[in-house]
Amino acid sequence: MSHFVPQLINLFATLILLLSFAMLAQRRIVSLINLFMIQGAALAAASFLLGYVTGHPDLYVSGGLTLLLKVVLIPWMLHRMIRKLNVRWDVEMLLNIPTTMLVGIALVIFAFSLALPISRLSDAVAGGALGIALACVMLSFMMMITRSKAVPQVIGFLSMENGLLFAATTVTNGMPMIVEFGIALDVLVGVLILGVFMFQIREKFDSLDIRHLESLKDD
Amino acid sequence: MSALGVFSQLMALVTALLLAPLLTGWINQWRHWLQNKSAPSLLQPYLTLHKLFNKELLMAEHASPLYRFTPYVVFGCMLLASAIIPTLSTDLPLSPAADAIALVGLFALARVFISLAAMDVGTSFGTLGARREMLVGFLAEPALLMVMFGASMITGSTSLTVIVETLAHRELAIYPSLLLAGVAFTMVSLAENARVPVDNPDTHLELTMIHEAMILEYSARHLALMEWAASLKLFAYSCVGLALFFPWGVAEANAPLALLLALPVLIFKLAIGGMLMAMIETASAKMRIFRVPEFLGTAFLLAVIGLLVNVLLGGQ
Repeated sequence: MSHFVPQLINLFATLILLLSFAMLAQRRIVSLINLFMIQGAALAAASFLLGYVTGHPDLYVSGGLTLLLKVVLIPWMLHRMIRKLNVRWDVEMLLNIPTTMLVGIALVIFAFSLALPISRLSDAVAGGALGIALACVMLSFMMMITRSKAVPQVIGFLSMENGLLFAATTVTNGMPMIVEFGIALDVLVGVLILGVFMFQIREKFDSLDIRHLESLKDD
Repeated sequence: MSALGVFSQLMALVTALLLAPLLTGWINQWRHWLQNKSAPSLLQPYLTLHKLFNKELLMAEHASPLYRFTPYVVFGCMLLASAIIPTLSTDLPLSPAADAIALVGLFALARVFISLAAMDVGTSFGTLGARREMLVGFLAEPALLMVMFGASMITGSTSLTVIVETLAHRELAIYPSLLLAGVAFTMVSLAENARVPVDNPDTHLELTMIHEAMILEYSARHLALMEWAASLKLFAYSCVGLALFFPWGVAEANAPLALLLALPVLIFKLAIGGMLMAMIETASAKMRIFRVPEFLGTAFLLAVIGLLVNVLLGGQ
């Protein structure tokens, strides 16, 4: 059984990467939030498996926190937010999807070649997945760049945090508990503040297009 | 080349010829059930073939010889394709004739001929269908090749029989790259077999047709061969999918008993696969033709990422 666990972790890592691409290509906000939720679930599963194989109880806590925050609480908050803002179909991209995808492949190749020498040095169980985690971070970053609306950008930010957490988990076999709690709290507060921001942007400009924020003064 | 090898090759050919219309009928039946319609008989494709073979052949007025022999070329391509795919046994004397890359080439050859024939008669629908088919084809082919390369990288060979032998007989392992390749392959086979997200196999609206528009002018035995070739293509794609992703139950060389057992296993796997295909078709809506590049681009991307993941994780 434990023979399969590293393979399963790699499988979940691939799933997280796949979901990052799906989010990059997704046009609808509701589906975007659902994809983010599934990504959180995959991340939690990977944490639990890693906890099982390494015997670190910290990882179970980390996985539980991920499950609670990123699968239940934050998606629920985001769903409520888009219902209140009434922006269910509101997605606009600065680049078309095929171009985004091609740039995405280039990013994945870059991330993989960057991570390959590092993961050779690491003796962690899932060290090979570092490249995937790095690719997820870059893809989420890309998503934040190519979207002009506020809600997809927030989801991109959260997904980037997923990637970072996954990178830290795979390389170090789990961070200290206090750091985990700190990050979890940060993300939660971040979403709350960004939610308030979104309502403010909307009140000011009647739209969630953050390009309005580029000019400093009303002319 | 042993006598058993020749026998298993013949078995594979006969199975392909006989089971292909049945698979089409099975998928149609499930699709009708899932859409709350009363389903046609499972044997309907055979009845259609029988009817078409007995009809009088009518040729378009301006048809060239190319139009006349295209059905035979297409049928031959699909037959050879089904012959080299290990469906029942990996002991196939014909398999050194063509590896996975040549298999993609065979499908491409059939596609070129069918498109040329569609344009040959000079009707506008034929030309329209041919152009769309080429649009779908040039995007689907690289994705299919990448899927094949993904499997080849794991097994170290491009020969389909070696791939199946290696995958089926090594220690059970989970390959993340095969997961990605599997998703990509499903998307490609939906597009290549004129299935719902890309094309609707039983549409009557010429403007939305792809495959049907190309064979509009064919009649009688030519049409029968085209329909049979389409069934064989679907069968071949399903079998490639099964061979790459569910290779268990395929007999090895010199195992007559396993060969007998392989047929029920194959039918079982195809039955499940056909049901899943009907579900995908029912659950998805036909997309605009200009969304197809996006769809197939995603398939290509998934296959490439599968390859990259394989490099990164070192085929663990």
